[in-house]
Amino acid sequence: MISSDIQTVLPEISLAVFAMLALLAGVYNGKDKTAPMMVWLTSGMFVLLAAWIGYGGEGTTTAFGGMFVNDGFARFAKVTILLSAAAVLLMSQDYMTKLGLLRFEYPLLVALSVVGMMFMVSAGDLMALYMGLELQSLALYVVASLRRDSVKSTEAGLKYFVLGALSSGLLLYGASLTYGFAGTTLFSGIIAAADGGVSLGMLFGVVFMLAGLAFKVSAAPFHMWTPDVYEGSPTPVTAFFATAPKVAAMAMFARVVHDAFGGIVGEWQQIIAFLSVLSMFLGAIAAIGQTNIKRLMAYSSIAHMGFALMGLAAGTAFGVQAMLIYMAIYVTMNIGTFAFILSMERDGRPVTNIASLNQYAKTEPLKALAVLLLMFSLAGVPPLVGFFGKFYVLRAAYDAGLAWLAVAGVVASVIGAFYYLRIVFYMYFGAEQDDPLDRGMPPVLWGFLVVTAAMMLVGIVNLFGIEPLAQAAAATLVN
Amino acid sequence: MTPIVIAFYLFAVSTITGGLMTVVSRNPVHSVLWLILSFLSSAGLFVLLGAEFVAMLLIIVYVGAVAVLFLFVVMMLDVDFAELKAEMTRYMPLALLIGVVILMQFALAFGAWDYSDGAADRIASPAGEIHNTKALGLLIYDKYIMLFQLSGLILLVAMIGAIVLTLRHRTDIKRQDIVGQMMRDPAKQMELKDVKPGQGL
Repeated sequence: MISSDIQTVLPEISLAVFAMLALLAGVYNGKDKTAPMMVWLTSGMFVLLAAWIGYGGEGTTTAFGGMFVNDGFARFAKVTILLSAAAVLLMSQDYMTKLGLLRFEYPLLVALSVVGMMFMVSAGDLMALYMGLELQSLALYVVASLRRDSVKSTEAGLKYFVLGALSSGLLLYGASLTYGFAGTTLFSGIIAAADGGVSLGMLFGVVFMLAGLAFKVSAAPFHMWTPDVYEGSPTPVTAFFATAPKVAAMAMFARVVHDAFGGIVGEWQQIIAFLSVLSMFLGAIAAIGQTNIKRLMAYSSIAHMGFALMGLAAGTAFGVQAMLIYMAIYVTMNIGTFAFILSMERDGRPVTNIASLNQYAKTEPLKALAVLLLMFSLAGVPPLVGFFGKFYVLRAAYDAGLAWLAVAGVVASVIGAFYYLRIVFYMYFGAEQDDPLDRGMPPVLWGFLVVTAAMMLVGIVNLFGIEPLAQAAAATLVN
Repeated sequence: MTPIVIAFYLFAVSTITGGLMTVVSRNPVHSVLWLILSFLSSAGLFVLLGAEFVAMLLIIVYVGAVAVLFLFVVMMLDVDFAELKAEMTRYMPLALLIGVVILMQFALAFGAWDYSDGAADRIASPAGEIHNTKALGLLIYDKYIMLFQLSGLILLVAMIGAIVLTLRHRTDIKRQDIVGQMMRDPAKQMELKDVKPGQGL
């Protein structure tokens, strides 16, 4: 029994053991001098695990009495998380080295947080969910304040920590009420208990749990921490925040509402639809006034989470499929955009001001074109890939009878297009400026920027075949 | 009045007295001592409940470690407790609000709480004849081994985080080089110079 359990969680165990061995190796051999090698090793490990999970076993297996579920949905989410984490880690190396921030613990903390994310998306029990979530968050709090000599970075870490603790409290409170009603923390038990209707206490539990989860995906009105944390953290860490943890939190959200509360769709549908509308509009409107591109990306991520939640609000298998496709596309676009942000430098010093992009297309036509493609895709301009992501969630909402939500989504995406297009406007038609951004760009960043931008164009053929994969993944979650 | 009931009331009264005196006593060191009394009495309450393992944990962890740590902090840090006390009135409304919320939760839990059908069968049954140390061991190291290991990883992350955020390697201080000291060769460390009288080197 225990050997089959361990077999099921073997990828997670391997990653955790890898992180611990690498930690020992780092401590005994040269500390921060080994950091570049650690970055490459950890990324390689992520890619290996992604291949292992992606091409590994089919079907659904559970371990540890149902606390860990390995199904198609978890595998889809894990592959997305691992690949995006690997990409962001590789991108961060040049930037971190330049600022003297590349400490050998950084890739290891990222690896440990990825272990937490893998447990989150595979959780089949409220306690396992919480443990995975805390493992993930704690590592993220530390990397947020990695630049410990900067007030902003420390503030980012502290804010993230305090608000993260608050959201964990909300989540735990909701979980305790749910446990009080169902008498079990296993999702399979909760869904069975909620079959015959829910009591007021259980409803409170659902609401508190959703609020805690909304904190983690930074959905409005629980988004307050996002802009400050994104702005204050070192840019590679911001890039990481915007990708893998978002996928993990969203997948965990989907698992909770479908695996545990799947029988009471009517109770949570309105809440998620409300979160979705609020996030989309807040993200679209509040981003307009931003001058710092990292803050802008924070609001952009709030708006995008709104769209992903729209897929969940549908409460159908197609909705989950749309959410998965949306998240995969969102992560790809963000990797490209942050590859560009990481390379924004003037006289060798990183800048994040949007106005510094004025007339960028004159000096760097190819990179400007790549950014243009990414921005159009983020805005959801057809026929780029980003449009298909939006199209799927809108259709899911419409099919589920939430036509008003779909209409609100279209309106919000039109408002949001303004600030993406403004960046493009600055690059091509902005005011003349005397000191343009530096021209050079590390090859890794250049590669990611150009490849993701090309994917925005090429992907429209068949979305790289993720549609049937997402469909199969969603089918294992919702039945 | 059986002895158990008398013991219960004694422990309960001293727990509450300890808690109250922790808040109101003027001397912070006395506060910590009252807190320890409160911990000890609640450990007694746990023994009465038949949870002797939790009682021992309470004494070892809270009295043995946490309270002693408090005592150190109180004695070593120069915190102006009178000023902190003065702010207590400012937060009184908030504290009262939280109190009301807690009372409402009790009302919900004991008054109008509905269980789902069959919840009674699903909750964990009392361990029966097994000692509760053994019962806890069976749960933590067997049924919930995955969660136990995950909490270990969380503690590891906390440790790495504390080191990453606070440890600074200073380069401008002299460190002991043990290997270097042992490998010193006396023959190479000294040079004898023959200084001629009336001349410098």
